[in-house]
Amino acid sequence: MRVALFATCLGDTLFPGAVRATLRVLERLGCTVEFPPGQTCCGQMHTNTGYHEQAVPAVRSFVAAFEGYDHVVAPSGSCVGSIRHQHGIVAEHSGDRKLSEAVGRVSPHVHELSEFLVDVLGVTDVGAYFPHRVTYHPTCHSLRMLRVGDKPRRLLSEVRGIRLLELPEAEQCCGFGGTFALKNPDVSVAMGADKTRHVRETGAEVLCASDSSCLMHLGGLLDRQREGIRTMHLAEILAGTEEDR
Amino acid sequence: MSGVDLGMPAFPDAARQAVRDAQLRHNLGRATNTIRNKRAAVVDELDDWEQLRASGAAIKAHTLSRLDTYLEQFESAVTAVGGTVHWARDAAEANRIVTDLVRETGETEAVKVKSMATQEIGLNEALASAGISAWETDLAELIVQLDEDRPSHILVPAIHRNRSEIREIFRREMAGSGTPAPTDLTADPVQLAEAARHHLRDKFLRANVAISGANFAVAETGSLVVVESEGNGRMCLTMPEHLISVVGIEKLVPSWRDLEVFLQLLPRSSTGERMNPYTSVWNGVTEGDGPSSFHVVLLDNGRSEALADEIGSQALRCIRCSACLNVCPVYERAGGHAYGSVYPGPIGAVLTPQLYGVESEDTASLPYASTLCGACYDVCPVAIEIPELLVHLRNRTVRERKGWFDRLSSTAMRGLGWVFGDSKRLGRAQRIASLGGRLFGRRGIGRLPWPLSRWTDARDAPAPAPESFRQWWERNRTGNGDER
Amino acid sequence: MKRPSRDAREAVLGSVRSALAGGQRGSTDSIPREYSGKRHVESLPDLFRERVAEYRAEVRTTDSSEAPEAVLGALEAAAARRVVVPEGFPARWSEPVAERHDAFGDSPRLSTAALENADAVLTTCTVGIATTGTMVLDHGPGQGRRALTLLPDTHVCLVAASRIVDDVPAALAELDPTGPMTFISGPSATSDIELERVEGVHGPRNLHVVVVGDV
Repeated sequence: MRVALFATCLGDTLFPGAVRATLRVLERLGCTVEFPPGQTCCGQMHTNTGYHEQAVPAVRSFVAAFEGYDHVVAPSGSCVGSIRHQHGIVAEHSGDRKLSEAVGRVSPHVHELSEFLVDVLGVTDVGAYFPHRVTYHPTCHSLRMLRVGDKPRRLLSEVRGIRLLELPEAEQCCGFGGTFALKNPDVSVAMGADKTRHVRETGAEVLCASDSSCLMHLGGLLDRQREGIRTMHLAEILAGTEEDR
Repeated sequence: MSGVDLGMPAFPDAARQAVRDAQLRHNLGRATNTIRNKRAAVVDELDDWEQLRASGAAIKAHTLSRLDTYLEQFESAVTAVGGTVHWARDAAEANRIVTDLVRETGETEAVKVKSMATQEIGLNEALASAGISAWETDLAELIVQLDEDRPSHILVPAIHRNRSEIREIFRREMAGSGTPAPTDLTADPVQLAEAARHHLRDKFLRANVAISGANFAVAETGSLVVVESEGNGRMCLTMPEHLISVVGIEKLVPSWRDLEVFLQLLPRSSTGERMNPYTSVWNGVTEGDGPSSFHVVLLDNGRSEALADEIGSQALRCIRCSACLNVCPVYERAGGHAYGSVYPGPIGAVLTPQLYGVESEDTASLPYASTLCGACYDVCPVAIEIPELLVHLRNRTVRERKGWFDRLSSTAMRGLGWVFGDSKRLGRAQRIASLGGRLFGRRGIGRLPWPLSRWTDARDAPAPAPESFRQWWERNRTGNGDER
Repeated sequence: MKRPSRDAREAVLGSVRSALAGGQRGSTDSIPREYSGKRHVESLPDLFRERVAEYRAEVRTTDSSEAPEAVLGALEAAAARRVVVPEGFPARWSEPVAERHDAFGDSPRLSTAALENADAVLTTCTVGIATTGTMVLDHGPGQGRRALTLLPDTHVCLVAASRIVDDVPAALAELDPTGPMTFISGPSATSDIELERVEGVHGPRNLHVVVVGDV
């Protein structure tokens, strides 16, 4: 199956390990993965901050890069949420009817990683091995924009050797919220502190999520707290196999 | 307000104070957690909740789309049953109308049913300056009024107070405005409620004028509906000779039957009960039962302007249940006062800027007081897409505001937008960033200059990767290698 | 009396009309009503009793012949002496009350002081709602004006089992919205202190419900 990989600007620039892991999982499951070089960013940061006009170039570059693919996969619930729910709004805002039509053609083909694995490929056991204590934070946009439900957890529960620990009040937001983290740092950190407290309570070694952005916020807090809890993207756990040991 | 963040808006500063108030955080955390669970339990009981929600949204959307017609129909219906309808363009006009109506009765005091509309227009203060005492009779409103405090929640205005704080307020303040609190008053909620009952009893029996709002106004029949728990609403609506109800124009529903939806949605969303203890319905004046004079003041105060915004006008569907406050992680930490409006929480963040515009820092900061986590939309009984509205209003803020900080942000966002508009530009930016990344190694960054210090004050920041994914792909998969 | 201002009326309506004039609001005319018109309930009186009791109201079940006993039991439990019995309340149920208690009606109209002085009020109800444990009073015969069920501290409400419906839609269909109505679900209560429910504020603090099976 031919799949186009959308790295997301954050994954591409700051967390390439999560993107390489996504690539590895997809290739292991027999996909032919392409990386359309014209891709940049979904434009979410601009749209969500109110800069709809400045998001238009990102939306244009996205549809130009991914038009024609049957399957586009990204390791981010948030970016895929923005593509599926906001690209139409941004395109309409621009008044460019052709762009709106292109968005209408492209966005239905875009999947978050766990959706693609479970819904399109129909697998939950991806052949992964990860002998550690892990707790999973189901990020807000995966949960409430994409409604991925328990797909990430089903994938994790099939990983050999893993001990999956229940995160208390898992569905509460971590406090990242894009530019919210800078505009309202105090509330953002207070929310993050509650989330990391719950993470510590589980006794996990690894905090896992499907969004590098939330992990950047929570990882930044955990690192500052020097608790020795690592953050890992879902793809990074799914990518590991016994041969890696 | 803090002078440190010149040009930065009001919510963040107010929220910073609130976050540091341990007592407040404890009170709010406990209370919102309790009500969240209660709501979830009674909503789960109904297997047709989503269908009720869809109907509630549709009825409100329909009413708003024909609001002029329904307002006129309501006016005729109320007039036909002996009521008088007044119209108020803004707060000042509404206050003037109510003040004149109270003056005509010759009374100098009035009892009040909890009402968001009268809080919004500052009616109590307007009446006070005309020499009229308005007594709040809802327990939480009484607490707030006695303490000369501000409400911090739509349903439970004193949610920021715990039982022992309330005991202190009662002991200190009740004597000043009537029956004092018993000297042996404890912090037991049963005793506190009892003290409120005694304090308010003679006010109810003595009052000749009552002022209320309404949860719903039925265009077809002219009926008004007040949904409450304590019986203070029934007291006000029944005992005095004169009743004045201040009702926002968005409170209308077309027909009596429509209430079958809202009387299921509201109590379960609001107090987390299958039904609230008392719902009162009345139609104008009824011979031999209740007030002999009845006036309705239909309040615009920014609503018709909000109606003009096709996306924003969704907020006018709100039935003031406050479920969105109770699930909002930002509200839970910042508290209601931080929103600087009688409408706090997610719904306040979309309603306040529409009612008052985004000219001031205070209102302009509200659409940004959210992580867009979406919990509010999921619980909204009339399916207001609050996250989408927040983003829409952020866009309005960006378009309308031209202060120096706004221009600075705009320049930065334009610059980033330019980079993200083209993969070659992004690739070049990444190569520069990755040089920095190699400098830092893979350790986190502990300190960055303003404005990124807002990140690193409490969180490490990730260093850019020594090699972006794009560079890795070019090197490993295209055979081109890096073109450096 | 001062007349309402026509200027304000025209201004508000004009502003609403111009707000609506610009938009393409799509079709908002068809209201989906796909929620259950009816709830499946095994026994309406059983569910009604259970739900009313959850509000911490006292519930008794009886048949028509023993209803007076149940009413007396409720009044005794509340230690009520002076009892308001509104005009139109069925005589067969109120006669034993009149024998043992100081019972009086509202004609001539009771003063506020006299009502405040009453210990209890005895009424019927128009519709009972099983799912929510609600009694609806339309303040017709047997129920009296609204103040009667507000000032006395005990309200004893007789509910005919045949008047119990499944949920809110069925109840509203039975009601005539031309006069005042009161929906009562349990004794007065507040959750204003730490969101902890406390029964008994301004309305009657004791609510006794007598479900009469064979009426």
